[in-house]
Amino acid sequence: MSDSQPENLPATSAAGDAQTPGAEVIDQREGMFGVRGTGDTSGFGGLKRQVALPGGTPKPYGSWFDGAVDKLEGLAGEGAIEKVVVDRTELTLHVAREHLVSVAQHLRDDETLRFELFSGVSGVHYPQETGRELHAVYHLASITHNRRIRLEVSAPDGDAHIPSVCSVYPAADWHERETWDFFGIVFDGHPALTRIQMPDDWPGHPQRKDYPLGGIDVEYKGAVIPPPDTRRSYN
Amino acid sequence: MTTTDPYADARSTTEGKVFTVTGQDWDSVVAGLGEEPEERVVVNMGPQHPSTHGVLRLILELEGETVTEARCGIGYLHTGIEKNMEFRSWTQGVTFVTRMDYLSPFYNETAYCLSVERLLGIEDQIPEKANVLRVLLMELNRISSHLVCIATGGMEIGALTVMTIGFREREMTLDLFELITGLRMNHAFVRPGGVAQDLPAGALDKIREYITWMNKHLPEYAELCNANPIFKARLNDVGYLDLAGCMALGITGPTVRSTGYALDLRKSQPYCGYETYDFDVPTWDTSDSYGRFRVRLQEMWESLKIVEQCADRLEKMDGEPVMVADKKIGWPAQLAVGADGMGNSLDHIKHIMGESMEALIHHFKLVTEGFRVPAGQAYVPIESPRGEMGAHVVSDGGTKPYRVHFRDPSFANLQAMPIMCEGSQVADVIVAVASLDPVMGGVDR
Repeated sequence: MSDSQPENLPATSAAGDAQTPGAEVIDQREGMFGVRGTGDTSGFGGLKRQVALPGGTPKPYGSWFDGAVDKLEGLAGEGAIEKVVVDRTELTLHVAREHLVSVAQHLRDDETLRFELFSGVSGVHYPQETGRELHAVYHLASITHNRRIRLEVSAPDGDAHIPSVCSVYPAADWHERETWDFFGIVFDGHPALTRIQMPDDWPGHPQRKDYPLGGIDVEYKGAVIPPPDTRRSYN
Repeated sequence: MTTTDPYADARSTTEGKVFTVTGQDWDSVVAGLGEEPEERVVVNMGPQHPSTHGVLRLILELEGETVTEARCGIGYLHTGIEKNMEFRSWTQGVTFVTRMDYLSPFYNETAYCLSVERLLGIEDQIPEKANVLRVLLMELNRISSHLVCIATGGMEIGALTVMTIGFREREMTLDLFELITGLRMNHAFVRPGGVAQDLPAGALDKIREYITWMNKHLPEYAELCNANPIFKARLNDVGYLDLAGCMALGITGPTVRSTGYALDLRKSQPYCGYETYDFDVPTWDTSDSYGRFRVRLQEMWESLKIVEQCADRLEKMDGEPVMVADKKIGWPAQLAVGADGMGNSLDHIKHIMGESMEALIHHFKLVTEGFRVPAGQAYVPIESPRGEMGAHVVSDGGTKPYRVHFRDPSFANLQAMPIMCEGSQVADVIVAVASLDPVMGGVDR
């Protein structure tokens, strides 16, 4: 391969790996294949890669986004929306967790917003983001206006509480139970926050990044293949 | 029977006696109840019960024959697919997602690939032929999935002929899948950037034969069921859920269309070029199980219409690419079944092993390391046979997904089970659950 991929080279500056001008660096990965120190003659141990997620977008956002965000800011009040991200034609609102229920209520009830269909909650675990390790990501759809919006709410690992939106969207019931089950996010106000996929007495929350994948070595004709989470890998 | 059950001993229940009913033992249950039997009975239906659609456990509280409370127990088929994907490359992820909702594998694959393609920023570069192939396979898949729904739903209410003919037609569809992708199920055919392989020789003829066959045999379902008084008596007004209920519970797919509202993402937020096809969104206005049956039946006709249009387009697309032109993303080889029966492309092997060192390195890098996907998140919903299906895909800029979460319509729709069943009879629970058409592989993932 004659032309080298810039993304495979060590990042030199904060903006080196940035996708958008305002990208937010959340993590720095070092090394590769588990080699490091003086024994590393490959040079892979010296690799550095910054993980930068798309950061806040300045106004104007374009499309219907400006009107909707302005309307919501007016209804929900100061401080409810922490950050607006417009990335790949999708609108993401980062909402402060104490404002989540009122934001959801306005999004559903205001007739210029009217996001009446709740598509689901998905948890994401960013262990390196101190103070906001656990994210709950909500997808809402407006059938009336044919629009989609994403809400992102974060909580620190030590105080993994996010208010439940079940009172606004009854559909959130199972989705929140699943996110509790897999990430350990406690949805305050949920009618019955119990495990849904894992057995009731299961220890831990399997889809957190600090929970191992598990698995056993596979032996075939004398060769041993380790489980995927303990193999050498690109990072 | 009341004392020797190893699975439900005295500690497992806090109130009442526990009976394990295995069939033909009704006398011992009656005898066990004693002189003053309780009116309130809690019945565990499933998880291993033919009428609960896979490993779904229904917990029903009964007063006589009436269900007073109904709850679902799920999770028996949880396989950790989403977690596993975080340790595999982006392309390998397709092999996992196809196993989620095993009755609609092409929808899982396409939902995942559309999200990955949005993250890669190559949505506009997907070859036209790949999109047509995706639409073709998805619509064939909608037919096969609806056939299973109608067939098993019919079997559960005793309409065995519907089951046998349903699986006969499904088999025809699976034969087409096998011809085009090499596998009857779990295809992993739709890949980020396009599809795995071009249409094999003779496939278009087989598709035409299939359309002829379906045109002949699809009316049989309507003849058997539509006006059948027993069928109607079992389905009419059972599992009622109106539009407001659907919206509150996030229900999509045939269930919402049976309330008379034509909610279909293929029309409202088209993807893969659906806006260029001519088809209608069937609705029904009874909001009950019969309405859902009629919607599914009509949808198969509409899907057949789309399949026909796809075949017409594919006829003119001979030799066009099916994978994105970007060599950094597109899979290097087009697999073909060789004389040795192995899935290798001999031309490609000749090229990388005998002609070009660089091609070998490129192949090796792309297959073992995979491509990197710019950091961010995407959610591209599509209209699966059961409703809105979408993959929330998060990338940290690496060669593996950082997090993939599937919004599976079976999971969301199953939440409507209690509201559909409470107050009805036990036999109606089976009909209501069948009309939701949950696939446990998708519910539990």
